[in-house]
Amino acid sequence: MLRAVINFLDELGRIVLMFFQVLYWSFRPPFRFGLFMRSMEFVGVGSLFIIILTGSFTGAVMALQGIYAFGILEMEAMVGGSVALALARELSPVLAALMVTGRVGSSMATEIGTMRVTEQIDAMETLAVNPIQYLIVPRVWATTIMLPALCVIFTFVGMVGCYLVAVVWFQVDYGLFMAYIKSFMGSEDIINGVIKASVFGTGLSVIGCYKGYTADGGARGVGAATTTAVVLASVMIFVLDYLLTAMMF
Amino acid sequence: MFQVADPIIRLMGLDKAFGSQAVLKGVNLDIERGKITTIIGGSGSGKSVLVKHIIGLLKPDAGQILYEGTDMVSLRPRALSEIRRNFGMLFQHSALFDSMDVEQNIAFPLEEHTKKSRREILSIVKEKLSLLELEGIERKTPSELSGGMRKRVALARAIVLNPQVIIYDEPTTGLDPIMTYNVDQMIKGAQEKLKVTSIVISHDMASTFRISDYIAMLYEGRIIEFGPPDAILSSNKEEVQRFLAASSLPPRAIVASGGEV
Ligand SMILES: Nc1ncnc2c1ncn2[C@@H]1O[C@H](COP(=O)(O)OP(=O)(O)OP(=O)(O)O)[C@@H](O)[C@H]1O
Ligand SMILES: [Mg+2]
Repeated sequence: MLRAVINFLDELGRIVLMFFQVLYWSFRPPFRFGLFMRSMEFVGVGSLFIIILTGSFTGAVMALQGIYAFGILEMEAMVGGSVALALARELSPVLAALMVTGRVGSSMATEIGTMRVTEQIDAMETLAVNPIQYLIVPRVWATTIMLPALCVIFTFVGMVGCYLVAVVWFQVDYGLFMAYIKSFMGSEDIINGVIKASVFGTGLSVIGCYKGYTADGGARGVGAATTTAVVLASVMIFVLDYLLTAMMF
Repeated sequence: MFQVADPIIRLMGLDKAFGSQAVLKGVNLDIERGKITTIIGGSGSGKSVLVKHIIGLLKPDAGQILYEGTDMVSLRPRALSEIRRNFGMLFQHSALFDSMDVEQNIAFPLEEHTKKSRREILSIVKEKLSLLELEGIERKTPSELSGGMRKRVALARAIVLNPQVIIYDEPTTGLDPIMTYNVDQMIKGAQEKLKVTSIVISHDMASTFRISDYIAMLYEGRIIEFGPPDAILSSNKEEVQRFLAASSLPPRAIVASGGEV
């Protein structure tokens, strides 16, 4: 038991160390703009569809639940405001980060892990190219920047889903629906959500890359690295979400 | 044991263990400047592990690795990276970047470390490919190549910056006899024309005796014999003789015929 705790703390320490190495190598030439843009495309454009899909259904189901709950009080119009708040502060950053973990974090672990076990990372080192700078820095920055954008999109399509259920289906008054959104939501709700998302983005990409970078033992090792990367990143999202929420609100 | 005149690399008392398995147990070896040194030894004896120490991919548990007199073991990453520009390494399993095509793989070192224009880089890549009889595969990815083709592409990538020291981990394993001969000639040519220091790992005794200036035999974690090919042939160590006797071509005949098969 104690062993397990120590191992976990050791691992955590190494992940933090990796984060600092990423910072260190971020501000040293050469700057790899092309790789960064490719990562941005992979993280952002590549995740767009899944974010739109999950976002709209999340908004729609929240609206459905809200209609029943607020219906008891005959305050159905408040549903828009409450869903908007829940999305912006909590659901969008957390759910978008989880979706991106599944899609992007796992693929980073697999890709870099495969490069590790097939000695491609060693080969890169012998060619005097720093693998952290070449492989990890662009991925971490791309995820840090793209996840907030995906989070905002998640909130927006979530609200579209909410609107369809509440206004189109349940005939809630459109004017009231919008009025409540405006009175409930402040810009700091969106900003805080976006900050959360970018912290999650850094965390999940550092974890994914770290697990891949330290993979060993062939295909099975890469598989194990990918699994732990996803589990670890998901847990990290919930823990950090709690801490950030406690700090911000 | 044999002393070389002008070592560019000196390995002194290298120990390396993986867990409880001791692989290197006090390896001493000098690599002579501008010469071809071949490391022979049984499968799993630690040859690949040994050369990975030379280029700094593995750190020894004890011992020193001197390159031009500086100890590589204690170097900081950036200084190590500087020194590595003098090295090229062909990996046993090629280690090509599988997200890049052949052309990008070979161009990679040039793009990273030279200011050459795109045109120049492409023409160098083309030249290396034709040297290795690989014309027309620029757009293929490593997974679309045969093992022998991959090895040759990796070879091209390792030598494209004209490094002073090239490490070849089994350069000819998996190549047909003609291609083996060509690669041998390339290694020999680089040494003769460009004064490249070569470290070769090989299981092919015929080509080892054909190209090597020095041969070192790794056995049970130590270099048990080292010297010019003749000295290896006349070694009185039983392990060496057993190793030579088991190789398919009788080495004496090859040396006697002046290296021509
Ligand atoms: N990263 C590693 N972790 C654990 N053990 C390793 C590692 N690399 C090599 N070994 C072990 O070290 C020993 C020597 O391996 P090495 O690859 O150097 O052999 P080799 O002499 O190159 O053999 P071959 O001729 O078959 O290529 C093997 O027993 C291998 O299991
Ligand atoms: Mg080997």
